Amino acid sequence: MATVIVVTSGKGGVGKTTTSASFATGLAQRGYRTVVIDFDVGLRNLDLIMGCERRVVYDFINIINGEANLNQALIRDKRVENLHILPASQTRDKEALTKEGVERVLNELRQNFEYIVCDSPAGIERGALMALYFADEALVVTNPEVSSVRDSDRILGILASRSRRAEQGEAPVKEHLVLARYAPERADRGDMLSVEDVLEILGIPLLGVIPESPTVLQSSNAGVPVVLEDGSDAGAAYGDLVDRFLGKNLPHRFITTQKKGFLKRLFGGG
Amino acid sequence: MGLFDNIFRPSPNKSSAALAKERLQIIVAHERGSRRGSPDYLPALKKELLEVVRKYVPVDQSQIKVHLDREGGYEVLELNITLPDEEPQSRRGLEIPRNTGQG
Ligand SMILES: Nc1ncnc2c1ncn2[C@@H]1O[C@H](COP(=O)(O)OP(=O)(O)O)[C@@H](O)[C@H]1O
Ligand SMILES: [Mg+2]
Repeated sequence: MATVIVVTSGKGGVGKTTTSASFATGLAQRGYRTVVIDFDVGLRNLDLIMGCERRVVYDFINIINGEANLNQALIRDKRVENLHILPASQTRDKEALTKEGVERVLNELRQNFEYIVCDSPAGIERGALMALYFADEALVVTNPEVSSVRDSDRILGILASRSRRAEQGEAPVKEHLVLARYAPERADRGDMLSVEDVLEILGIPLLGVIPESPTVLQSSNAGVPVVLEDGSDAGAAYGDLVDRFLGKNLPHRFITTQKKGFLKRLFGGG
Repeated sequence: MGLFDNIFRPSPNKSSAALAKERLQIIVAHERGSRRGSPDYLPALKKELLEVVRKYVPVDQSQIKVHLDREGGYEVLELNITLPDEEPQSRRGLEIPRNTGQG
C-alpha cells in the first residue's frame, strides 16, 4: 500500500519545495521506494532543488494527457537509490491538472512506490487543491510568522473538508506540522513566535523544526537536497524529521539557543 | 523614561511575539468558526431567504435555521422556518438535496 503525502502551506516561500526534496530524499535513503511530484504547474522548481533540471524530458501533464508514459517522464535520482522525480510542466496551462488525470497517474505510481510525495504550489487554487486532494498524510510547512500561521490554519480547514478522504467520509488526512526557518535566539528574545506558540495555535502534532540556515541556500545553489549535507543543522533536522515520520521517537533539536562553546565558535559548526 | 519604565514595561521585543500570538488566536478562532461545516454563501443565503419569507409571513432572524449536512456523495441543505403562532406552533421543514457529483 503506497502512502500519498502532500507538502503544503497556503503561503508561498515558506519551504515546501525544500522540505519535499529533503523529505523524499530521506525516505529513499532509508530504503523506501519514493517518488516526489512537482505540482507547481508553470513554476517548476523541484527539479532545480533536486539537481536534475537538465534531465527533464517529459512532465506530469504530458503523462496526464497521454503524450508520454511514466517511465519516460520519471527521473531517477543519481545520488540516492529508490528515488524518482516527476517534474511539473513549465508551459502548459493549469486546467490540464484534472482530478481524473491526477488520480490515474497516482494509481499507476502506487504500483511501484511506497511513498508518493506531492510538492504543492502556494495558494488555494487548483494546483494546491489537486496536490492535497488524494493525500493520506500532510506535512504542513509553517514559518513562525503571522501570515504563514494563518494560511496554515486555512489549509488545515481545506484538508478537513475538501480532500478525498473528507469527501468520502474516510479517516481524516493525518496532519504533521513542519516549522521551518526557525531562529531560536529570536524566539527567545520574544520577537518571533516560538515553537510552543505555533503549536498552541495550530493544534497539530509537531513532526520537525527546521532551523533557519544558510546551508539551505547553498545546497539549493548546488542542486543538492539539504538533507544530504553532512554537518548542517537544517540537514540534520530533516533527517530527524524523516525518522520521526517513520516512527522513531526522537527529541527535537535546534529549538533552543545553543550556547556556543569556545571551540565551536572557533571552528564553526553551523 | 525613568527607571520604572524599564522595570515594569515588558521589553518591546517580548511584546512583539506575544502580540502576534494574541492576534493570531483571535483571527484563527474567528475563521474556524465561520468555516465549520458551512460554506461561504450560507449567511447570504440565509439573509435572502429571510427576506423572501418575510414578504408573506412575519418572522425574524432567529426563526430561520439553515443547516448543511454531508451524507455520502450528497450534501443536504436543511432549512427550518418556525412560523409565528396563528397556526399553533407549526414548524415546516424544507429539504433541498444537492448532488455534489460524486454520488
Ligand atoms: N530552513 C531554511 N533556512 C533558510 N532558508 C530557507 C529555509 N527553508 C527554505 N529557505 C529558503 O526559502 C526560500 C523558499 O523556499 P522554498 O522551499 O522554495 O519554498 P516554497 O516551496 O514554500 O515556495 C528559498 O530561497 C529557500 O532557500
Ligand atoms: Mg515550491
